[in-house]
Amino acid sequence: MNDLMPQLQSLLTHVDWSEIGWASWDTLVMVGVSLLFSVLIGLPLGVLLFLTSKRQLLAQTRVYAVLSFVVNILRSVPFIILLIVMIPVTMMIIGTSLGVAGAIPPLVAGGAPFFARLVETSLREVDRGIIEATQAMGASVRQIVLGALLPEALPGIIAGITVTAITLVSYAAMSGVVGGGGLGDLAIRFGYQRFQTDVMVITVALLVIFVQLLQMLGDRLVLYFSRR
Amino acid sequence: MIEFDQVEKAYQVGGRAIPALHPTSLSIQTGEVFGIVGHSGAGKSTLVRLINLLERPTGGRILVDGEVVTDYGSGTLRAFRRKVGMIFQHFNLLSSKTVADNIAFPMKLAGLYSAADIRARVDELLALVSLTDQGRKYPSQLSGGQKQRVGIARALACRPTILLCDEATSALDPQTTQSVLKLLADINRQLGLTIVLITHEMDVVRRVCDRVAVMDGGKVVELGPVNEVFLHPQHATTRDFVMESERVDQEELKTDLQHASGRILRLTLQGEATYQPLLGRVARESGVDFSILSGRIDHIKETPYGQLTLSLVGGDLDQAMAVLNRADVHVEVLR
Ligand SMILES: Nc1ncnc2c1ncn2[C@@H]1O[C@H](COP(=O)(O)OP(=O)(O)OP(=O)(O)O)[C@@H](O)[C@H]1O
Ligand SMILES: [Mg+2]
Repeated sequence: MNDLMPQLQSLLTHVDWSEIGWASWDTLVMVGVSLLFSVLIGLPLGVLLFLTSKRQLLAQTRVYAVLSFVVNILRSVPFIILLIVMIPVTMMIIGTSLGVAGAIPPLVAGGAPFFARLVETSLREVDRGIIEATQAMGASVRQIVLGALLPEALPGIIAGITVTAITLVSYAAMSGVVGGGGLGDLAIRFGYQRFQTDVMVITVALLVIFVQLLQMLGDRLVLYFSRR
Repeated sequence: MIEFDQVEKAYQVGGRAIPALHPTSLSIQTGEVFGIVGHSGAGKSTLVRLINLLERPTGGRILVDGEVVTDYGSGTLRAFRRKVGMIFQHFNLLSSKTVADNIAFPMKLAGLYSAADIRARVDELLALVSLTDQGRKYPSQLSGGQKQRVGIARALACRPTILLCDEATSALDPQTTQSVLKLLADINRQLGLTIVLITHEMDVVRRVCDRVAVMDGGKVVELGPVNEVFLHPQHATTRDFVMESERVDQEELKTDLQHASGRILRLTLQGEATYQPLLGRVARESGVDFSILSGRIDHIKETPYGQLTLSLVGGDLDQAMAVLNRADVHVEVLR
């Protein structure tokens, strides 16, 4: 047992643990902040997509077509391209396209439309009868959304947040390619460019653990909020 | 009173207008239980959903208590809908809310009640539908009958004057149907609520309705007091429904009639007449012999009625008819 530690130490010669710690924190911040904004933008966008679609409360074919088109564009562009295309926009908003802060706008640009579609889908799964019953009670559209639709779709929306968070973890790692910071940046700078395989292994392992934890947390919350 | 004045509804399907309700005028009296029967696709749901304007009519006007509700703006319409409760075949309860919160929901939406008022009203309603102590459960933990009771409590929360029921008992077993119907009848009596009730079972109509409309192909083909419609159906659709509810097989009836000899009469008795020792008197006074081919004694709401198909042989037939007529019995000569 006592000889195991030095042995492990010699395997991981290049690993600077404090650097790993900081990079993990950065990833956490990037994912957390971009998830927050993805939800803040994606949730209303998803609700709007749902409401304006055919035969729904605010059916507006034109509005739906435009929203849907924008969402589809953002979703069909590979994220690595989105990262590059977004650089000027990011410069405008943040002032830099580098580091943790610089990674957040492209992450939100990728995460928000993704989440919006998931919200739209889970709202579609709410029984039409429930909307109708609420309408028959004299509810306004706003009351139907806040009082009936969102609470009924909550498990689906939480599952959507989980999937979005996990997607953002991989997007955040990818942003290392354009100088984004975090574990992805570490993997690229040390693991890839300097052939420090041990650093690569550790970062990948940490990302895997992170995703596992997110999934577990998400599943628990879904279970907690499911009353069916 | 609910009045339909040449109300029509057509749905737009693929750019074409498909009529679901042809121009219809009818009125539903305050405090009555009004049944609507008809085959699938006859337009029953369409008619009922027009009352609280879940569907907009494509023509005509709807008046409730003299007000033209089809002219209401969105704010007035929402206030009006609070006075019209609705229950559904599949209950449509919110699975994310407890029973108590489901019942409180319409009151919270109305925004006119204090938290204490709401709590008191929820308890009162739970007691009314015999679900006291079940308030903390979620709908998924209830049986179908219990869910419909919650649906009824929720529909009554804002003290409506009209209750719309779209096949409210169709998803329930016969016994549960029985108890839900009894609850509806009690509510109608105690609260003086107008109830409009869609069903495809004539039995349901017989038990709780005062008047009934029979629909076919987007039209009301027959409308009247339940006893009249039930005992003397005019339209083919109505006959189908009555036959079906009495489990009478028309083919079987025909062969039965072939085997019988003499005159064949159908007697319809209502009210007190049902319990008279009538047949014995007829036989004694006219000397006819009879055999019973089919018969049924039951109730329409609280009124007893009987319907007997008899074959008569020998004796003085005219005398027999005279006795029957005197006894206030409706006689149809089938052969
Ligand atoms: N939203 C809709 N769009 C298009 N057509 C509709 C719509 N709702 C109903 N219809 C049509 O209108 C007609 C009447 O439908 P309705 O639901 O009123 O029948 P119903 O008598 O309630 O039938 P059921 O007993 O099956 O419930 C049917 O032909 C139906 O296909
Ligand atoms: Mg229907």
